[in-house]
Amino acid sequence: MTPDDTLDCFGLLCPMPIIKIAEKIKDLSPGQILEITATDEGIRTDLPAWCKRTGHEFLGVEEKNGEYRAYVKKAKA
Amino acid sequence: MPQERMTIVVFSGEMDRVMAAFILATTAAAMGLEVCMFFTFWGLNVLRKKKFTAGKTLLQKMMNTLNRGGAGRLPLSKFQMLGLGPIMMKALMAHSRVPTIPELVSQAKALGVKFIACTTTFQFMGFDKDDFIEGVDAYAGAATFLDDVLDGKVSYFI
Repeated sequence: MTPDDTLDCFGLLCPMPIIKIAEKIKDLSPGQILEITATDEGIRTDLPAWCKRTGHEFLGVEEKNGEYRAYVKKAKA
Repeated sequence: MPQERMTIVVFSGEMDRVMAAFILATTAAAMGLEVCMFFTFWGLNVLRKKKFTAGKTLLQKMMNTLNRGGAGRLPLSKFQMLGLGPIMMKALMAHSRVPTIPELVSQAKALGVKFIACTTTFQFMGFDKDDFIEGVDAYAGAATFLDDVLDGKVSYFI
């Protein structure tokens, strides 16, 4: 998976990652993929929940040594 | 997707409680909900500018000197310890890069959260619109807020 853009949320706690993601997604075009790097475990469930409500597609999250990489595909409009 | 609504009554004026209200409000707005916050009683202090006092009569001025306004200097609901508690809590929060209340207020405004200030508290405390920050969308009463509540799915009282 090659992301079109990356958002750094390292060290940020709830609610900041979701707020930053909501702002950042506006810069992408429909169908583009945003990669989010984070350290707050909340991203695992917060991101799918945010996607469910906003219509963007949750592509998955992977964890390695307490660092999370999550992917979202921007909705078609 | 039709826009859903969330309403929050901010009755409390303590930093920790207000923080919970703003975390929910900003997150909901980021999730695409229309959010309305109704500030009443101690909650109005969040929207007040940092001034020495406010009020028109002597009693109001005395009360408002004790009841300090300003989002940046709200007390804690416990461990206030004559002001030491909030200092310690702010330091802890800053260390973890948790946004401060003034930052959450600006964030909420940037996300389009609507602020309503209660006119009843406003009147008996002798406030002036000049005592409040910009960004107050309306000065209104309970009926205005309840009208928003009835249109919404979720409502909290904090």
